[in-house]
Amino acid sequence: MKLKLTTYLSAFAFSSIFVACTETNEKKLPIIGERATEERIVDGRTVVDTIYHQIPAFAFLNQDSVEITEKYFDNKVYVANFFFTHCPSICPTMQRNLLKVYEKYKDDERIAFLSHSIDFKYDSPSVLKSYAEKLGVTNEQWQFVTGEKKEIYGIADKYLVYTKEDQDAPGGYDHQSYLVLIDQQKRIRGAYDGTNDEQVAQLFNDLETLLKE
Amino acid sequence: MRNTLFSLAGISVLIGMLIFSCQPKVGIETAQYAVNGQKLYVTHCQSCHGPKGEGLGMLYPPLTDTTYLKENRKILPGIVKNGMNGPIKINEKNYEGNMPGNPELTNVDIAYILTYITTTFGNSTETYTQEEVKNNLVNCR
Repeated sequence: MKLKLTTYLSAFAFSSIFVACTETNEKKLPIIGERATEERIVDGRTVVDTIYHQIPAFAFLNQDSVEITEKYFDNKVYVANFFFTHCPSICPTMQRNLLKVYEKYKDDERIAFLSHSIDFKYDSPSVLKSYAEKLGVTNEQWQFVTGEKKEIYGIADKYLVYTKEDQDAPGGYDHQSYLVLIDQQKRIRGAYDGTNDEQVAQLFNDLETLLKE
Repeated sequence: MRNTLFSLAGISVLIGMLIFSCQPKVGIETAQYAVNGQKLYVTHCQSCHGPKGEGLGMLYPPLTDTTYLKENRKILPGIVKNGMNGPIKINEKNYEGNMPGNPELTNVDIAYILTYITTTFGNSTETYTQEEVKNNLVNCR
């Protein structure tokens, strides 16, 4: 009887190790945002699909005055954020941290970066070009875009990032410093405070997790 | 007796070494200014100039050019308070663009910040005093 118990216990211990290992391998990032269900009929049976929140179609001008749409990011994982070149407060820290991610994945075609300027008055493509060069961005993997106020602020809502023109804020614009992680199907999979070192470290980990999916 | 003498000598040498190794390279007032300065640096300077004064690409210059800090010691308070326009050469590189000023900072705040910057990123061992800030701000716009 005693022997039997030990056998059971060791079997349990072994299996728990096994389960623990498989769980870490299959870790998946959450899918963020509102979701809806949709019923459709396949071969006479009703199937329920989940419709996840997705980044909608967009068209902006980039640092080379070329139109960039959501198609540029098809089948890529990308990190999006909102900034402006004359931001005296949180942007430099946020961009310094995103630059570290960019440098790690430079020339890796699975990953792209997208910075939206919320200063639609000043940040023309030529200003963005100069900013990108000075920051140390040398290829098209990191896009810096501008557009009409309504379009930029509208897309910020879709990324669930707060942006607002505010005369009382440093530099004239108020915004959050989230680095938003988007998957190959344009779904939000994570948001990390670009001014917080721990959260930026988490972004490095989660990017790897997402690439393995 | 001889043994006691030896051990006494040994102990005093040890104590002497301890005292010397603990001696900081800056005085107590300088250290206090630098600690206060670090807090203000985090709030007012760090986003652009970086946690280690490393700057950011060619956008914002580093604060680690010891020669610049030494030769331009007099104009530093004016830069912190009123900002700066136009090109500046740091570590043999030319930086363009404007730095916004921090007009809300008091003389003692600026003294704290500059003591932190010049002793941590530069090689100064002295306090940047309030008097120094006051006198040098007069000569500055």
